[in-house]
Amino acid sequence: MTHPSQLGIGDLRTALDGKKTSSVEVTTALLETINAGKKYNAFIEVSNEQALSQAKAADERFARGERAPLLGIPIAIKDNILAVGTKTTCASKILGNFLSPYDATVTKKLRASGAVIIGKTNMDEFAMGSSNETSTYGSVKNPWDLDRVPGGSSGGSAAATLAGLVPGALGTDTGGSVRQPASLCGIYGLKPTYGRVSRYGVVAFASSLDQVGTFARSAADLASLTEVISGHDALDSTSVAKAAPAYSSALTKGVKGLRVGVPKEYFIKGLDPEVEKAVLTAIRKIEDLGATAVPVSLPHTEHSLAVYYVLAPAEASSNLARFDGIRYGFRIPEPKDLKDLYYRTRSEGFGKEVKRRIMVGAFVLSTGYYDAYYLRAQKVRTLIAKDFTNAFTQCDVIASPVAPTTAFKIGEKMNDPIAMYLSDVFTIPVNLAGLPSMSVPCGMDGKGLPIGLQLIAKPWDEEALFQVAGAYEAATNWHSMRPAA
Amino acid sequence: MEFEAVIGLEVHLQLQTKSKIFCGASADFGASPNEFIDPLTLGLPGSLPVLNRRVAEFAVMLGLAMNCEIRQFNRFARKHYFYPDLPKGYQISQFDEPICERGHITVHFGDAVRTIGIKRIHMEEDAGKNIHDTRTHSSLVDLNRAGVPLLEIVSEPDIRSPSEASAYLKSVRQIARFLEISDGNMDEGSLRCDANISLRPVGQLKFGTRTEIKNINSFKFVERALEYEIVRQMAVLKSGKEVAQETLLFDSAQGVTRAMRSKEESADYRYFPDPDLPPLVINESWIEEIREKLPKLPEQRLKEFCEVYGLSTYDAAILTAERACADYFEAVFKVCNNAKSACNWVTSELFGALNKQSVDIKETPVSAQHLGELIKLVEGETISGKMAKSVFEEMFATSKSPGEIVEAKGLQQVTDDGAILAIVRQVFEQNKSQATEFIGGNDRLHSFFVGQTMKLSKGSANPKKVNELITAELSRLRAEAQK
Repeated sequence: MTHPSQLGIGDLRTALDGKKTSSVEVTTALLETINAGKKYNAFIEVSNEQALSQAKAADERFARGERAPLLGIPIAIKDNILAVGTKTTCASKILGNFLSPYDATVTKKLRASGAVIIGKTNMDEFAMGSSNETSTYGSVKNPWDLDRVPGGSSGGSAAATLAGLVPGALGTDTGGSVRQPASLCGIYGLKPTYGRVSRYGVVAFASSLDQVGTFARSAADLASLTEVISGHDALDSTSVAKAAPAYSSALTKGVKGLRVGVPKEYFIKGLDPEVEKAVLTAIRKIEDLGATAVPVSLPHTEHSLAVYYVLAPAEASSNLARFDGIRYGFRIPEPKDLKDLYYRTRSEGFGKEVKRRIMVGAFVLSTGYYDAYYLRAQKVRTLIAKDFTNAFTQCDVIASPVAPTTAFKIGEKMNDPIAMYLSDVFTIPVNLAGLPSMSVPCGMDGKGLPIGLQLIAKPWDEEALFQVAGAYEAATNWHSMRPAA
Repeated sequence: MEFEAVIGLEVHLQLQTKSKIFCGASADFGASPNEFIDPLTLGLPGSLPVLNRRVAEFAVMLGLAMNCEIRQFNRFARKHYFYPDLPKGYQISQFDEPICERGHITVHFGDAVRTIGIKRIHMEEDAGKNIHDTRTHSSLVDLNRAGVPLLEIVSEPDIRSPSEASAYLKSVRQIARFLEISDGNMDEGSLRCDANISLRPVGQLKFGTRTEIKNINSFKFVERALEYEIVRQMAVLKSGKEVAQETLLFDSAQGVTRAMRSKEESADYRYFPDPDLPPLVINESWIEEIREKLPKLPEQRLKEFCEVYGLSTYDAAILTAERACADYFEAVFKVCNNAKSACNWVTSELFGALNKQSVDIKETPVSAQHLGELIKLVEGETISGKMAKSVFEEMFATSKSPGEIVEAKGLQQVTDDGAILAIVRQVFEQNKSQATEFIGGNDRLHSFFVGQTMKLSKGSANPKKVNELITAELSRLRAEAQK
């Protein structure tokens, strides 16, 4: 049998259902792969014993006749998602030894489907970053080139999925943190419609933008994984009571008659010419398969970055207020008084980028500045969302680049936060509008680094994304490319 | 120049819902520290708020009871500050879009009736408790109270005196208790009050500088704190200086207000709409549903008790002070159909006994049904009023019905003329010298004979009859004597 690190979710499902292997075998094999893959630094915590006992339990469930999509299949989750039996650190010192006291809803759903939660993946601290370089546990390396970033903030989940350490993983996407690493690693990444997946048990960064997303090496795997975690959760007031359709069935619909919108504002100076070429080629390919490309305009795109870097830090400054050393997590030893306790715990516990964003956030919410910054940004956000609504009257899906460049070198952008922020210029508007969006492998640059195609759909229309991805995948090979071992 | 006090009160009402405002942890009190907790109460990472619908319902109930406009599109806001009893580092409250606005209530105090405006009512969550342990120089945090639902009621600055303030607070408490949304106990902390007070020359429209007095925990202290503050501010103004705008604490031991040491230099709360909670939309039909289910309010019941039962305002006010009392009275009336008697028995005998034993009316050992029956026994002259009082005592001690007690002890009033006359004659027989005097013309001995007759009958003779029959017997004996 092919080594499990070469098998996707679907293939593992077939092998397990066909009794060609067991969950314990698969899990053991992948634990070895993870161990051999330490150079990627993709994991913060590997649940060695727990994974094996979960695998054993899965095998028992299987023996009793139970069948479920992920039964016995190891999946990794980003270390800002709570799972009992693991720590949840958000790659931060301030949550250094924090043991997950309860399961996130998405964790519960994975367990109900029989998944083996094999470990917690590395990430940018508190999900703030586009390169996975701000982690307290060190940078994640892109398996395509160990001197390069995998993207962020879900860099660990992307790298682990690409390198075969797991067949699929969960991440979170607030401004592109699933799509951008998927693009830089050459795998699939999906951010669902805001409200499609529960945020309960996911450490909040920016509440109105965060969504749990999925990584996989094929469109079918992506569909299976996304189906398992989708659905209304009464514990999350922002989750919507809409039944999640079976995305898998959209994979074979084909794209005949589909209108693909191409937004002119996304093909700008600063976009790497090789990326642009690959994306335009991909769009033409989709046309060959029966779709029609139509030019569309999203006129307020240029304001997206500014809007995001007002709203996201604002919400973050609020969501991170609870990390104060009082009830859990890191606390400085021997505080002089309460003020000292707060000041030093948060100064030492948070990394530079996190502190930078908390300060920006507190500022834009402060008296005298709220109207000019936060309120105004929310209003422009509405205009950005309206741009998409208008565009979707002329097309069914929007196609664009995911990131302006391919994977950059580790350290290249760390001294220039703005340059770093620009990596998310194409993904951010999607979070502002709450739309579903997917990164699809669509090319390679001259250096052998992957390029991703971003597909954006109307709210609740993830199916359109799978429709295009399924058709495109069947006609191309980019998604099969792997780094040399 | 004459000055007047301009007073506004902010009341925090703790609601008696089963669970907290944004999570399922219990909102009860009296547990050991940190028993009623869950991820949101602890402010754990990944926790999210879900609105307890009852809280919105209670808020609408209170708004309607206070004649407010109910806001249909509601938002929650986060109010940020750092303190150990605030687990998330922010309190979820409402900022510029409160659920109720522009209302008013009628306050009776003494003979006066005043209308006090209600500026706004909003929903928010309570914080936990910090207990400072001086032995170990540490603070202990108990989060049981964190997340308990509160309604904040802000009055217009329409109050003009400390006693009016106290009367206003009592009315608010009364309304809350009638609606059964809060037990409004100042000493348990389910009703808290902050007072704002300024002085201005009578006739001037512009407000003077106000001070805020925080955390006064009894009605009496509210009056005292305001009285003190009026005197203090008057002195400042008379000396030509200006009143400083500051936050004060009331030192109840010394009876003075004191400036709070600023623990947070006027904090910037950085309010913004809570992104975890979608707007709460309250539609007309829900408001109407709530309006229909509203119990009668104190003001209305007071009016009814006067008009329907013919009670004096004074009596009606006593009976309608608590909903449980008003309900009790009406239940008694239903049985005995005599408002005056019911009122007397409830307000003097029952309340007297309850107060003496510190029993709440809700735990009364004497049911309304039984009290009604007792009154009927007196009205029907089965027992005397005096006898009824001791029957009542027995009822209070045993919860037995009056019928049972009267039966068991053979306390039925004797009303039969013949039987009473026999006793009267016996008394005359046994008290020959007084009898002679009495017949001889000493009318003042009438009460002696009444007393003796009652005594001999062990109190069971109908006093009216005894009186009549003694008079009749006296006439007969006097007539005989003259023969």
